[in-house]
Amino acid sequence: MDASQLIQKYYRLDKLPHIWCPGCGHGILLNSLVRAIDNLGLNKDEVVVVSGIGCSSRAPGYLDFNTLHTTHGRALAFATGIKHANPNLHVIVIMGDGDSFAIGGNHLIHACRRNIDITAIVFNNNIYGMTGGQYSPTTPYGDLAATAPYGNPDSPFDICQLAKGAGATYIARGTAYHARELDKLIERGIKNKGFSLIEGLSMCPTYYGRKNRKGSAVDMLKFFKDNCIDKRLVDNNPQLGEGKILIGELYKSTRPEYTESYKAIIDKLKE
Amino acid sequence: MENKKELILNKEWCKGCWICVEFCPKQVLDMKDGKCQIVNLEDCIYCQLCEIRCPDNAIYIKTVGGNDHD
Repeated sequence: MDASQLIQKYYRLDKLPHIWCPGCGHGILLNSLVRAIDNLGLNKDEVVVVSGIGCSSRAPGYLDFNTLHTTHGRALAFATGIKHANPNLHVIVIMGDGDSFAIGGNHLIHACRRNIDITAIVFNNNIYGMTGGQYSPTTPYGDLAATAPYGNPDSPFDICQLAKGAGATYIARGTAYHARELDKLIERGIKNKGFSLIEGLSMCPTYYGRKNRKGSAVDMLKFFKDNCIDKRLVDNNPQLGEGKILIGELYKSTRPEYTESYKAIIDKLKE
Repeated sequence: MENKKELILNKEWCKGCWICVEFCPKQVLDMKDGKCQIVNLEDCIYCQLCEIRCPDNAIYIKTVGGNDHD
């Protein structure tokens, strides 16, 4: 299917163009998700896209699936309910870095721990964009933000390490520059029977970029090109990974899935 | 019948972020009055680099005719 057909089939055309700023990476990541869903041949009626609050969380509004725009940080709580009510649905959650790791941090670690079959995609732009550029849990140490005019005193989370520690069974990282690779990572995340977390590095040229003199959207994309390296290359030659951001499939394991474990208990009690 | 490829530009959705212009390997695109424009179509190799990195779905390759039924 070519791009014009994808747009016709999966987007709510009357809602476009979207509200994101010129050069915002979220549109690139959203297109990756659409291509991944199309490549897997999922039935549109069996896909649910859930989001919380923030720039990234506007995404489901543009998509023609079953969509739900929920309260700040609580997207995973709503998604857990949806998955429980109908485990046959493919539940995909789109969250921002602040939404998922600050306001919704507890929902996230427990969703990871339960290994519920949800695919969470974190659009990480290192800042709270919608509210004017406050620093988030992924803003790098020392960087400037509206609430950190003298530099961010906090150290950032490594989202993928945190999800691994909490028990997610598929963890990957992609970027807006490496969009084609990201399609594959999201596909594998949706296919994984358990909790999948995909960190999509996005760029916010309006707030994070401008405050920290990172240049234009093009410069920020080139930063991803120059500073990211695939984990498979580093596995063979660890020196290559020095000072770089690892991308690709970072972790995969198998554990009992939550709704299946729950069903097994119900079935046992019915006997 | 052979598939014919067409470069489509939707100026209404373009926000002028320069990404497509900068990442086009053949300098097919340019920016004018804050919007992308196609200036050198004969050099286009339909590589889709503009398409995959346009955040706004404003530029893409369309396949016309042929056996593409999906």
